[in-house]
Amino acid sequence: MSLLEVTGLRVSFPTSDGIVQAVRGVSFTVDRGRTLGIVGESGSGKSVSTQTLMGLTAGADISGRALFDGADLLAMDDERLRRLRGAEISMIFQDPLSSLHPLYRVGWQIGELIRVHEPEVSKAAARKRSIELLGLVGIPQPDRRVDDYPHQFSGGMRQRVMIAMGVALRPRLIIADEPTTALDATVSAQILDLLVRLQREFETALIVITHDLGVIADVADDVFVMYAGRQVERAALRSTYYRSHHPYTVGLLGSVPNAAVPGRLRQIPGAPPSLIHPPPACPFHPRCRFVMPRCTTDEPPLDPVRDDADPEHRSACWLPGGLLGVGPEVDEARTRAAQESRE
Amino acid sequence: MIRFLIRRVVFGVFVLWLVSLGTFLLFFVVPGDPARSIAGRQATPETIALIRERLGLDEPLAVQYWTFLKNLFRGDLGYSYYNNQPVTALIAERIGPTASLVIGGALLWLVIGVGVGILSATHARSLLDRVTAGFVVAGISMPTFVVGLMLLFVFNYLLSTVLGITFFPGGQYTPLEEDPADWLRHMILPWITLCTVQAAIYTRLTRGSLLEVLGEDYIRTARAKGDGNRRVVVVHGLRAALTPVVTQLGVDVGYMLGGVVVTESVFGLGGVGQAALQAIVNLDRPVVMGVVLLAAFFVVLASIVVDIAYSFLDPRVRLS
Repeated sequence: MSLLEVTGLRVSFPTSDGIVQAVRGVSFTVDRGRTLGIVGESGSGKSVSTQTLMGLTAGADISGRALFDGADLLAMDDERLRRLRGAEISMIFQDPLSSLHPLYRVGWQIGELIRVHEPEVSKAAARKRSIELLGLVGIPQPDRRVDDYPHQFSGGMRQRVMIAMGVALRPRLIIADEPTTALDATVSAQILDLLVRLQREFETALIVITHDLGVIADVADDVFVMYAGRQVERAALRSTYYRSHHPYTVGLLGSVPNAAVPGRLRQIPGAPPSLIHPPPACPFHPRCRFVMPRCTTDEPPLDPVRDDADPEHRSACWLPGGLLGVGPEVDEARTRAAQESRE
Repeated sequence: MIRFLIRRVVFGVFVLWLVSLGTFLLFFVVPGDPARSIAGRQATPETIALIRERLGLDEPLAVQYWTFLKNLFRGDLGYSYYNNQPVTALIAERIGPTASLVIGGALLWLVIGVGVGILSATHARSLLDRVTAGFVVAGISMPTFVVGLMLLFVFNYLLSTVLGITFFPGGQYTPLEEDPADWLRHMILPWITLCTVQAAIYTRLTRGSLLEVLGEDYIRTARAKGDGNRRVVVVHGLRAALTPVVTQLGVDVGYMLGGVVVTESVFGLGGVGQAALQAIVNLDRPVVMGVVLLAAFFVVLASIVVDIAYSFLDPRVRLS
């Protein structure tokens, strides 16, 4: 049994403009010691999916199942879920400046997490553990920095504080939501290193949410790509990068700057769709280069793509299986396949 | 911190000086002659001239002002034209009712305003929130004297005069040190009057501030840490949301200590505001000067206190 097993997760928010269907049927599993990467543009539903698991999406209509160690997070009563939050499942957010409370000392903020879950711990003991944790995440002179406020830290150091909170109670699952987006590239690499090191040390399961395929390449074991609230492709890391099937994944990979491949970046034309009125059938068809008649009428299921190296490689696309990878030859084959289907 | 204080005090003294100069000059612009109003309608020109001389009104303006400043530095604000009472003694006597009204009222409106504001924010868009919003609009739009008169009508006319039951006497003031229970009985209605508008304002302020804070990322972090709902709202939310409330409180209390004219007058408390009103009607320049300077002093003091409080409330703010 996997540590986390999510099946058929759907989340929607009633708003004055209509119902926003943020997540429309997402299933995945994460195992102990493994890292799952969730990739997608802003508004693709990647953050909502995980925040829903934590019970942080107030006012949402939720369906599906999310078994964490056998217990359904989505059906759990508030108090039991609260006990899990921070202790068994922790979250690291994008912008550490706005995610840390500006008016409390960082040591207090870490200590609070400990004392909320372990009320018998004294303030002094919590402070001592805060200092140890700050040292663990590589903050110099932790015994002095423990009494500083968040604004007295640099961006990277603040994210280290968030990570210290994230690992404080040795959770079994850490969800890092765009953990490096607000940071410089060099600092970003250090933060990812730290996350992966701590994950290995504690054998934690890790979910990394990002729009940055470079981040995923550094940390993930498995990847799924989200588009308009749906999973469009799911595979092991290498399959995603080298044998991608879905045109959206292919487009994403083409839009990543790569020093080894000179030339202009290829962009995906158009903009992400509205989640109030998502396009019918395949949500990507209005932007797809290889659109076929069937794409506008039938919803493609997330099916295996005949990838011999990765039998679990799945994609929600009507293009024939086996058309894998990035490059002019594959694209030509895809164009041919699309043309044939039109005739 | 020390340098900040010195700078603010120097600046405050400068402001007080400007206020004194402005008020002083204003007296020679407004129509009316204090000597004539003291002497009465039938006074002969000689009598009026004599009074002018005794009050020093015949001297050049600059000399009069200089004399005023010199006396001020000795702590002498002069004597009332009207009844010859020393102005300092008059203020000392009148500050009690005003301070009782403002401080007691502030406690009451703070408790009600912040309390209801929290409920409103945590139940945003619920029925409770909507009902509260209605009361807030009513409270803010109700003129103070209307509230005061309505209370007097109910408690003093209907209950007291008609039914013969007196819960809260309307009018007059019993000093706290003389009879605390009677003081309380006399202050209840004025407090409620002062509170109606203020509690409404503070409810709206707290609700708005807390709602904004509850949408912050660090509130989501607190929930993700496993904090209970109450802890999230109070320890994380309210702590951040109260900063603008404290600022407003400092300004309001400072401003009101200089006299709450309407409420004091409706209940005949005999506070600073009422004294100011009488003095203006009587063209009683020394009293007006004294009261205006007192009000300005409280406002200046409040702004310094608020700035210092702010630096304690928010570690990102440094006094400099």
